[in-house]
Amino acid sequence: MKYARLLFANLFRKKIRLSLSLLSFFAALLLFGVLAAVKAAFSAGIDVAGVDRLVVINRVSLIQPIPISYADQIQQIQGVKYVTHSNWFGGIYQDPKNFFPQFAIDVDTFRKVFPEFVVPDAQWQKFLQDREGAVVGAKLAERFGFKVGDRVPIQGTIFPGTWEFNIDAIYKGKDGNQDESQFWFQYAYFKERGPERVKSTVGWYTVRVDNPDNAPRIAKTIDGQFANSPYETKTDTEKGFATGFAKQIGNIGALIFIVGSVVFFTLLLVTANTMAISVRERTSELAVLKAVGFSDMTVLWFVMAESLIIAVVGGAAGLLVSMALTAGLSKSAALASVLPIIAIPFSSLGVGAILAFAVGIVSGLMPAYSAMRLRVVDALRRV
Amino acid sequence: MVRVDGSGTSSLIQVRGLDKKYSRGGEEIHVLQGLNLDVDQGDFVAFMGPSGSGKTTLLNLLGGLDVPTAGSITVAGDAITSMSRGALTTWRARHVGFVFQMYNLIPVLTAFQNVELPLLLTSLSKSERRKHVETALGVVGLSDRMQHFPRQLSGGQEQRVTIARAIVSDPTFLLCDEPTGDLDRKSADEIMHLVLTLVKDYKKTVLMVTHDPVVAEKADITLHLDKGALVESGKLAGAMAGGAR
Ligand SMILES: Nc1ncnc2c1ncn2[C@@H]1O[C@H](COP(=O)(O)OP(=O)(O)OP(=O)(O)O)[C@@H](O)[C@H]1O
Ligand SMILES: [Mg+2]
Repeated sequence: MKYARLLFANLFRKKIRLSLSLLSFFAALLLFGVLAAVKAAFSAGIDVAGVDRLVVINRVSLIQPIPISYADQIQQIQGVKYVTHSNWFGGIYQDPKNFFPQFAIDVDTFRKVFPEFVVPDAQWQKFLQDREGAVVGAKLAERFGFKVGDRVPIQGTIFPGTWEFNIDAIYKGKDGNQDESQFWFQYAYFKERGPERVKSTVGWYTVRVDNPDNAPRIAKTIDGQFANSPYETKTDTEKGFATGFAKQIGNIGALIFIVGSVVFFTLLLVTANTMAISVRERTSELAVLKAVGFSDMTVLWFVMAESLIIAVVGGAAGLLVSMALTAGLSKSAALASVLPIIAIPFSSLGVGAILAFAVGIVSGLMPAYSAMRLRVVDALRRV
Repeated sequence: MVRVDGSGTSSLIQVRGLDKKYSRGGEEIHVLQGLNLDVDQGDFVAFMGPSGSGKTTLLNLLGGLDVPTAGSITVAGDAITSMSRGALTTWRARHVGFVFQMYNLIPVLTAFQNVELPLLLTSLSKSERRKHVETALGVVGLSDRMQHFPRQLSGGQEQRVTIARAIVSDPTFLLCDEPTGDLDRKSADEIMHLVLTLVKDYKKTVLMVTHDPVVAEKADITLHLDKGALVESGKLAGAMAGGAR
């Protein structure tokens, strides 16, 4: 393009100004890229938590039991790390108002599947030795004043009789995001005292998989394995785990959105101002171009192109560096434990590119328009 | 043959009843009032007159940079006063070479690139453009300054580059608004020598505004702007007696 030389000559007219303009786009898009990566990492965190575990229930309904024999078969499936099973007890402590969930758990596998629940080892050992033992959550213990050593009667509803338990341990959530109001006791005791029909069944299985990416496949395999049997299963990711986070992530998203908006708005003002100054400075030159025969439209595009080139070059550099930066960060092991996946999603790269382009257009619009409207006679008279 | 009485019939530039009014703060200034002018191919006309008499206004109208309040301008058969803004721009590129008093050159372009500007609007190839630019810079005697930027040139040299740009596309006529106004005597004389060469050797048509009687003296005829119209100075008779200078 034969106008290119004029275009670039104008661009490089003030090198410091050019550098600063490029730098503002660079910085804005760098920030945008990093924020996009952080946001993606947080939402990826949710997904990972949600799909790390699968819950296997009876296809008919949650309250229908499934055979205990499934445990071994599920364990055989490729990608399954641990399987544990639970039963809903549904008892009452003193008064039906005092609701809290009680589960009969498989003590051998439970902690491998739910590592986020922390029980002091000594207490856990005591629990293992005690057939009538129970582990209660810290919140639950606080609510009813349970202490280790207490003997607590639970009135059965589904399973008749008053069941007495010894509080052997109190568990806590790893980071305060876990449910600390559960009551666990040994499946062995449940099986021993419960009716005949529960002796060979469990309420549901919770499966921990080696790689969240494989979860959908494993879920399908499990259900496929028990299809057409008297106890068909329905396997799903443990969504409940994720929903607790959802709100917080929403807030982070909103914050990132606000910061990003402010940055781009500022960028728009700064660039528009710079372009306006740069055009005003060369009013007489634009007038000469027009006198020589350059059309109003050509002059408009000259100004527009300048603004766009700055936006695209600066913006692209910012995005590229943010990609490199996040790629480097994702290699850091310390960070990976907090935010497992760090990469800018392609869609965000696209949005960033479009934003930079749009800011380039909008900020060039006013100066380009006034350059187009400029009348040669006025411009040359006033200088 | 230059006339100011509107009697010309087949002149290159024909101006009839030209009126230009400006309104400024409610007050109306009638700058040009029924101005007539005929200029033939190869004429060299100097316009003089006190400041504010409308010399620049007239030149802008002749160059299609502005439109009159009334009257008509016809150049080589084209009625430019009835052209649209866009059509005028195209017409300017083909027919007019401008030389202003100052701010003529783009500071970020070299002399070569400045002269090349009008050619970018043509369909000439790169090598053809180069040939034309080199020729034009040769005519103004700046073949050795092609890669210089305006700030590396003297005022006189800058005006010569401007003249090279004005002639590079071989326009129908040149409009010069005080081209020597910013120059010292010596540079002004050099520029005038160059303009005379263009008129004599290259048969260019030149219309020039000047405050300088020495400069005006070189023209075929000097016209004075007086009360919005042109008046011949007594020089016309002498110029005709002495033949073309
Ligand atoms: N755009 C405009 N708006 C209002 N008045 C104008 C405008 N352009 C020119 N004038 C007025 O018209 C008159 C003629 O101006 P012009 O520039 O043609 O004079 P000039 O003969 O070229 O003067 P000088 O010798 O100082 O260059 C002046 O009074 C000027 O103030
Ligand atoms: Mg003037």
